Amino acid sequence: MKAKPKAISQFDDAFSQKRSTSGLGDMDDQNDPVKMILGLKELRKVAHNCTTFQSGSTPGRIVIPSEVAIRDTRQIPFELDPPEHTGFRQLLNPWFKRPLDNAYQAKLQQIIDNTIDHALQQNAIDIVASFALPLQSKALTLLLNTSMDRAQTWIDWGTHVFRSESSNLDADKANILYDYIDAEIDKTMAKTRPSVPTTEDLFSVLLNAEVDGKKLTKEQVKGVMILTFAGGRDTVINAITNTIAYFSENISDLQRIANEPDIVNRAVEELLRYFSPLTQMGRVATEDTTVCEHAIKADSRVSLCWASANRDENVFSNPNTVDFDRKINPHVSFGFSHHNCLGATHARQILRQLVLTLANKVADINVVSADENIEQLGEFSRKVGFNRLEVSLTAK
Amino acid sequence: MAKVIFVTQNNGSMEVEGDSGSLMELAVANGVAGIDGDCGGVCSCATCHIYVDPADFDKVGAAQEVESDMLELDDKVTEYSRLCCQIDVSDQIDGMTFVVAN
Repeated sequence: MKAKPKAISQFDDAFSQKRSTSGLGDMDDQNDPVKMILGLKELRKVAHNCTTFQSGSTPGRIVIPSEVAIRDTRQIPFELDPPEHTGFRQLLNPWFKRPLDNAYQAKLQQIIDNTIDHALQQNAIDIVASFALPLQSKALTLLLNTSMDRAQTWIDWGTHVFRSESSNLDADKANILYDYIDAEIDKTMAKTRPSVPTTEDLFSVLLNAEVDGKKLTKEQVKGVMILTFAGGRDTVINAITNTIAYFSENISDLQRIANEPDIVNRAVEELLRYFSPLTQMGRVATEDTTVCEHAIKADSRVSLCWASANRDENVFSNPNTVDFDRKINPHVSFGFSHHNCLGATHARQILRQLVLTLANKVADINVVSADENIEQLGEFSRKVGFNRLEVSLTAK
Repeated sequence: MAKVIFVTQNNGSMEVEGDSGSLMELAVANGVAGIDGDCGGVCSCATCHIYVDPADFDKVGAAQEVESDMLELDDKVTEYSRLCCQIDVSDQIDGMTFVVAN
């Protein structure tokens, strides 16, 4: 029997020492430094205080690495603050809760079944490029309520919309997405609006919607669509890939879910806490203030470091252990407060159905080779996922 | 078996009954508007915020630290707020009315 590579499923806490001493970390990002907030309770207070710590700064500035140099369009509702934010969020919430519908889940199940069945037929498969990316892209057709044919275009873009092998911020690649969205908006405007609401896609819904009594502009529609495409791409791919990595070294936990399917929600929440698929998100201070007794200057950046907060030993017992019996799990993998993740319902549904289906179909997962994706964040190095994870799956 | 009433923000009222699980799960199973229970009941999402009738609050009990930390930063919190994923369905809550916060 082939020995499995060690520690594929291990994601160390990169922030422990700094969290317990100062509570803040430091990183530079394109000459726009970031104070990283590491503890859960402090992070939540800052996330909630959108008056002092705003999202509605220059478009792209709250993202780390900053996208100011490659994007002018404001992502909506993500880069707005209340009260402006509220109307957009109210418009979008019902659409993004559709994954709770049975019909949506049945279609998602077909995608997941096909993805796993395809993987089981291969000797080995790269989970990142040939499993997680196609699954994420095909599932996105459901979220947008559009044709499955569209997925291949999005798969061809690669795992991160703004990143290529040569650069963390690839303007040419970002323009592919922006040009695509512009073209889709123009095509939708040229068509007659579908008379049957269930056949309408998100572009059409947004172009015909009003917020606070005003129709959305093309730029606002574009802002929502960029968020929808970009926000749920590498995050979902990381979550799927890391889940497979976890079960490759903990196959008995997958068997347990087959025997006890009722624990799947807890299992998914715990995996999300442990992996924290998105490391952090920024805010910009609107005034001189303090965090953890450190001065924060007006117009400087802080980050809400979800990955660190999810390992806060003051909140989670045995924070570095994956424990499917963790019944209280106040993780912040989907953010916190006004800006909690719009796509969380969709992401959770993918993961719950994926884990249940793996449990029912897969007997073993063997890693053939792996290339870890390590983020360099100033003084910290953090494993966030994999660039490549080649595995062989064995059917039940 | 416990029978409870949920009053929603659009002034709807729904009587539901159950004998196990959490109050959030009971609400979601019956499609109570304003109770999403996104995280499945692990106290991570705060999408199951309800108000307990003051007369019943002692019987239901106050929130534990993790739950009260979540509620503390909810704009709609009152002294009678609870996340209903942390309330068990049991005879203890039979006959109570809960107002959905969202």
